[in-house]
Amino acid sequence: MSTPEVNERELTFAQAVREALSEEMRRDPNVCIMGEDVAEAGTPFKVLSGLVEEFGKERVLDTPISEAGFTGLAVGAAMTGLRPIVDIMFGDFITLTMDQMVNQAAKVHYMSGGKWKVPMVMRTTLGATRRSAAQHSQSLHAWFSHVPGLKVVLPSTPYDAKGLLKAAIRDENPVVFFEDKMMYKLKGPVPAEEYTIPLGVADVKREGSDITLVATSSMVQVALGAATMLEGAGISAEVIDPRTTWPLDEKTLIASVKKTSRAIVLDEGYERYGITAEIASVISAGAFYDLDAPVRRMGAMHVPIPFSPPLEDMTVPTENSVFEAAKSLCNRN
Amino acid sequence: MTTVIERSDEAQVDATRLLRFYRQMLAIRLFEERVNDLYTRALMPGLAHLYIGEEAVAVGMCEALRKDDYITSTHRGHGHCLAKGASPDRMFAELLGKEAGYCRGKGGSMHIADPDTGNMGANAIVAGSVGIATGAAFSAQRLDNGRIAVCFFGEGALGQGSLYEVMNLAQLFKLPVIYVCENNLYTEYTHFSETTAGDILTRATAFGLLAAEVDGQDVRSVHAVASQFAERARHGGGPGFILANTYRYSGHHVGDINRAYYRSKTEEQSWKAERDPIQNLVAWMTASNVAQKTQLEEIEKELIAEMDRAAEFAVKAPYPNPNQVEEHVYA
Repeated sequence: MSTPEVNERELTFAQAVREALSEEMRRDPNVCIMGEDVAEAGTPFKVLSGLVEEFGKERVLDTPISEAGFTGLAVGAAMTGLRPIVDIMFGDFITLTMDQMVNQAAKVHYMSGGKWKVPMVMRTTLGATRRSAAQHSQSLHAWFSHVPGLKVVLPSTPYDAKGLLKAAIRDENPVVFFEDKMMYKLKGPVPAEEYTIPLGVADVKREGSDITLVATSSMVQVALGAATMLEGAGISAEVIDPRTTWPLDEKTLIASVKKTSRAIVLDEGYERYGITAEIASVISAGAFYDLDAPVRRMGAMHVPIPFSPPLEDMTVPTENSVFEAAKSLCNRN
Repeated sequence: MTTVIERSDEAQVDATRLLRFYRQMLAIRLFEERVNDLYTRALMPGLAHLYIGEEAVAVGMCEALRKDDYITSTHRGHGHCLAKGASPDRMFAELLGKEAGYCRGKGGSMHIADPDTGNMGANAIVAGSVGIATGAAFSAQRLDNGRIAVCFFGEGALGQGSLYEVMNLAQLFKLPVIYVCENNLYTEYTHFSETTAGDILTRATAFGLLAAEVDGQDVRSVHAVASQFAERARHGGGPGFILANTYRYSGHHVGDINRAYYRSKTEEQSWKAERDPIQNLVAWMTASNVAQKTQLEEIEKELIAEMDRAAEFAVKAPYPNPNQVEEHVYA
């Protein structure tokens, strides 16, 4: 065990991401970063500040605004000995990389009968409420979760961000790592010692007995806030974060709902045909005989994200809306 | 930076090399003839896009490469794979979906890949591999292993934006990659002039790439350009673009029989009679006493036997076990 002083260390989400990157770049000279304004600018979110100073422009590469081009380049580089980390500034821009990720990166290993591998990471963002309007606010992680051959990671705390990113960089497959852009300043404990978190293991963020709130990324804090409110109303909520949508830790999700018999699935992606539908289906099939109510889903409204603040705020689940939904599900209105 | 390169000096390209050009081109043609046969006998599932007529491009290029250099290929990729060193038996097996195939039957005709010969895979998305080839060149540069990458694509890929994105990147980073545009005149069933505005070479020179146009029916010309571009790329000279003018003898795929609505029989006949890369090399080699007719016939006999054996091997080879369907989704 570490000293108490080390245990008390706190980092922001952005610092945790940066620390994971710098540790892995020190450990493995073949890890490199490429993207728009990743070097001196350190990205608009300043997540990468300081990396180019330590590792140089050879390993922290500014690219043209050319998402398809440099993502494709990363696929080829990953196949031939490097471990590139591609930075896609806003999650909305993954649309530009779709052929490279879906038809190339995801399929190379399978199509070649297991001969070629694509050990690359795409880091990008998700999340609304930054007043960035319809093309800078979407949470499109469900798209990649749909594709066999890709892994999809959704960290919700600084601790998880660091451990999961290190695991993603060491993974032999293409991994897409979505960071909630509203969470970069969130602080939390991050030990200084080396650790990784395996992909595919859910985390119980809060234990409870009356209802399970399954929440991803930005929705974990919302779920924890709602759980505190529910406690005041005499409802004990368990909060579970799958941490990766693929691989998905079905066992932990089902076990929790078998215990609580009620579940709400929260995710900031669009509700229709989204992550919440898949997880609700897994729970319904796996815990059917233990359920006391239909599994409820809460995601983004089925509208392009509006700019105007009062409108935008309506589009994503909040502590209040989750609190109300949970009370109703537990017949406590 | 357009450049004109003369045919290889006859004294420099020795007889052994010329015989190898012949052997490699003929191997591709005989392979493809058997593909046509297997397909029309309903032994081959899916689609078959034949490379017949274009053999000089793949052979001229790949003969200028090292075994560990990288290539990426296209849906019309059998020629590239063979020219880079793939063996016909495992190629046929892959085409038939058999476990002995290069990709254990999971890739098929349009996805043959083989790390042992630097083949990063044929690609069924038009221009789908331009990023991959550029990335391989990026690795080669960063790892300083002296390799280069050659990216084959048809003129149809000129319509895809990703090609221009990676040419920009390749020139910015001075990557050892050669983009080889095989202009066989037809983008599926449409003449390229109907889909391609402006000039082709200047698309590359606009980014500062070294660019050259070459007679893709003349293996010696292709090889001469390829050698110069490969040397240059290998020694830090940066990326290049080669436009190889060629012709697809068959339809877009084996089932494309009635082609009169997009091209005439006369046109096809004139290419086959006057511009055939194998016949023309044979004529030149015999006329200039580089090889005797009997010697060439001997090679042809050997190749026919080899291709027949290889095809038979594939026909008899077993399909993959059903339990392999979920294998290799993840590494």
